[in-house]
Amino acid sequence: MSAETIEKVIDVKPAEGLLSKRRKKLVTDPLIDENPITIQVLGICSALAVTTQMKPTLVMAISVIFVVALSNFVISLMRNTIPTRVRIIVQLAVVATLVTLVSELLKAFSYDMYKELSVFIGLIITNCIVMGRLEAFAMGNKPFDSMLDGLGSALGYSWIILTVAFFRELFGSGAVFGVPVYSYVSGIFGDDFKLATNGLMVTPVGAFIILGLIVWVQRTKTGYVEH
Amino acid sequence: MQQSNTYVIVFSAVLTVILGLLLSGSSQLLGPMQQKAIALDKKKQILGAVISGEEIEVMTPEQVNEFYDNNISSTVVDITGKEVTAEGVTAEKVEIAKFYKKPAEERQYPVFIYHESGDSTVVKSYIFPLYGAGLWDAIWGYVALDTDMNTIGGITLAHAGETPGLGARITEPGVQARYVGKTIFDENGELVAVEMKKGEGKDYSSNPHEVDGMSGATITANGVNNMLSNYLGYYSAYIKAKNSAPAVAGL
Repeated sequence: MSAETIEKVIDVKPAEGLLSKRRKKLVTDPLIDENPITIQVLGICSALAVTTQMKPTLVMAISVIFVVALSNFVISLMRNTIPTRVRIIVQLAVVATLVTLVSELLKAFSYDMYKELSVFIGLIITNCIVMGRLEAFAMGNKPFDSMLDGLGSALGYSWIILTVAFFRELFGSGAVFGVPVYSYVSGIFGDDFKLATNGLMVTPVGAFIILGLIVWVQRTKTGYVEH
Repeated sequence: MQQSNTYVIVFSAVLTVILGLLLSGSSQLLGPMQQKAIALDKKKQILGAVISGEEIEVMTPEQVNEFYDNNISSTVVDITGKEVTAEGVTAEKVEIAKFYKKPAEERQYPVFIYHESGDSTVVKSYIFPLYGAGLWDAIWGYVALDTDMNTIGGITLAHAGETPGLGARITEPGVQARYVGKTIFDENGELVAVEMKKGEGKDYSSNPHEVDGMSGATITANGVNNMLSNYLGYYSAYIKAKNSAPAVAGL
């Protein structure tokens, strides 16, 4: 029963504040120091696929936050009943159910977004961050902590893909959130002043370049080195 | 206890039932809203063939429904151009994708007629659905013919899974605008439809039956060409009947 031993080690003090220092750390650590994309290099596929524009990226980010936080919570609730031999399948079933729910909700309330994202929403199931957090954290920690951990990881994922999307949409389509920034700028300087969009940014290659630059900047600042 | 086979089987069964109930419940609950969203999307696509995407974009769902009700009337015809009058057959409910699997003779063909607001006698254009295969998955759309039954007034194209940035560009207004003003019959009255050529950046303004292609998306373009010529072919009896109707009336 390895799951229970880990739990005992972590929960030294039973009367812990709702948002104690340790719990805050669960949320804030994955934002920079343990970022799932830039440090753990997980969830790269979707970071490349959906980030051509900010709007679908935001929807994707919200969906991932929902799925990761909730699946962490649910799996953590069940952690002592899940048979070890089928735990991956159980995790997968829970994640798949949540993802299907997200997809159904989008289909009902935001059909245009559903059309744009349908394939990628389904692919949240295979996002390594989800399964990674379930295996590494939710299987051995209490529900509330697990939810915070999931929230943190998903937020870490979200701000990175939103940053990537910002630069890709700006340079690739000359817009931010669909607002045509480039044509506004051209308007200020007169008709002869035209800003050219960069087609490379629309392709996944653009995402790799932006992502690489973010990792570079971040590691220069934090001094993180891969061992 | 937790490692025993019985436990594993019972646990899995219970979990499956719970998750299954959850999913079917949500599907039941959200189903009507999804149907509404799908119907609205279809109306938007049909309208997209005759009015610009930006105009539709700013409309609320109610406005789309209202505009559709005021400006679109519809009918269903068979391959010979005769109206299908069977009970329960309405153009909006005909599923092109389902009939696509049947032989052409047995299909129902909806026609959407775009007319002056509130006055269905002043027809502006006829909208025909299109359906076919792209490179990876289905592609579909709607093409609007002006009242001369020859000139393309507009087209909307959509896809299920074409490559982003390549074949998926058929949804771009810039690509769809290339079809406007092209004609589908040659001088001898033969149906030739409109062909999207290989390569991009050439000027086809002198040829009424060809449009500029999409670089790197030749197979998707071929799919569009096929569905356009196929479906205009299926509707040719109806189109020809409509075309000669005023002449007959004149006699």
